[in-house]
Amino acid sequence: MTSTPGWGDRMASDPRYVRRFSRTERTLHWVHASAFFVLLASGLILYLPSLSELVGRRPFVKDVHFDTALAWLVAIALVVALGDRRGLRRTLAELDAFDEDDRLWLRRIDRPQGRFNAGQKVNAALTAAFALLFTVSGFLLWYGERDHRFRFASTILLHDGLMYVSLVLLVGHLYLALIYPATRHALRGMTTGSVRRDWALQHHRKWVDEDG
Amino acid sequence: MDSPGETRRYGRRTFLAVTAAGLSSLAWGKPVWQAFSHATQPLQDALLPPGLLPDGWRIYTVAASMPRFDPGTWRLQIDGLVEQPQSLTYDELRRLPRAEQVSTFHCVTGWSVKNVRWAGVRFRDLLAPARPLANGTVLSFVSAEKPYVDTLTLRQAELHDAMLAYEMDGAPLAREHGAPVRVVIPEMYGYKNVKWVERITVADAVESGYWEQRGYDVDAWVGRSNGF
Repeated sequence: MTSTPGWGDRMASDPRYVRRFSRTERTLHWVHASAFFVLLASGLILYLPSLSELVGRRPFVKDVHFDTALAWLVAIALVVALGDRRGLRRTLAELDAFDEDDRLWLRRIDRPQGRFNAGQKVNAALTAAFALLFTVSGFLLWYGERDHRFRFASTILLHDGLMYVSLVLLVGHLYLALIYPATRHALRGMTTGSVRRDWALQHHRKWVDEDG
Repeated sequence: MDSPGETRRYGRRTFLAVTAAGLSSLAWGKPVWQAFSHATQPLQDALLPPGLLPDGWRIYTVAASMPRFDPGTWRLQIDGLVEQPQSLTYDELRRLPRAEQVSTFHCVTGWSVKNVRWAGVRFRDLLAPARPLANGTVLSFVSAEKPYVDTLTLRQAELHDAMLAYEMDGAPLAREHGAPVRVVIPEMYGYKNVKWVERITVADAVESGYWEQRGYDVDAWVGRSNGF
């Protein structure tokens, strides 16, 4: 494996591999993932009394949490602005559309899937909604300290509730990407961009068939 | 029923539905959550080991680390407009008349902890040996966590359920809750409930506390201040 520019492209000519994620998609994924971990860690220090006592320096941890959120928003905007926007729009359309096979797949009926299976589509929609809700509630927590008209009793509940549900989604995501033997090959697609053709045929047949 | 072959835009529907539910929860989140957790409390008690879930407290601090209580050197100073300034050891404080109460703690940021059991000293009993002067109408609480300070008027401090607490839920006050003593005044938001109190100064005018210098109301009545 190489990390030079064009990594993964090496595989494009190898018939045993198919290209699954563009560089823009991968950058977006890893920007989101790294920001999520920093926000989760700093957030838990602020949230759990035992960690708060252990770490201390609350104003500093608060700054880390807030500044990471800002950096995350800026980075996402930059990736979208400078990356392959047309490709992202196509991806968005793919994630939006659930065909008959997807609907059956969600009912646990084994049907051929596209580049994203129906579960991944649902996960993407939830992740996007949660990102927006985290941003809004986080902004209100910050701004409400400065202008009390924007302080609502339920803001902190929303922010915490999102954390709990995200944590469950994260554990499931990590299990499928790192541990579960049938699916963990997908991680290679998110690091190098390409996956084994035979694996893709088994898990994302309609996509491989379309791409030829 | 789904018609075969048709593509549906479930992606955006999921996104919009979750976003709408989340945003609207700013209006209904707290009452619904309180009703839900009240209803499921017996189930939680039966199924989950105690201490697994956070108990509802969030620990807010302003300094780099929490003050550490040393019973050997700790003193509570009572000074200002008094005839007889006091310097109480922890043992001397514990020998003052003991008061107990169960009350709900409300934070201005929206969370609450119900039915906290407190034990401590009523301010009237605490101040009696110092004999406050007639013009001493305000208590200024100085925390060992610098630069945290806040004030209560004497009338507020003499509410029936205000106290300087040294026990919480049957145990000596834990470090993160302000060991060894903190102010408890359930009618007011948490930022008036100063933790790690090491000095009480009797004064004749209210001074702005730590959060009040940052825009919060001086009289922090629960439900009647800070925009609520």
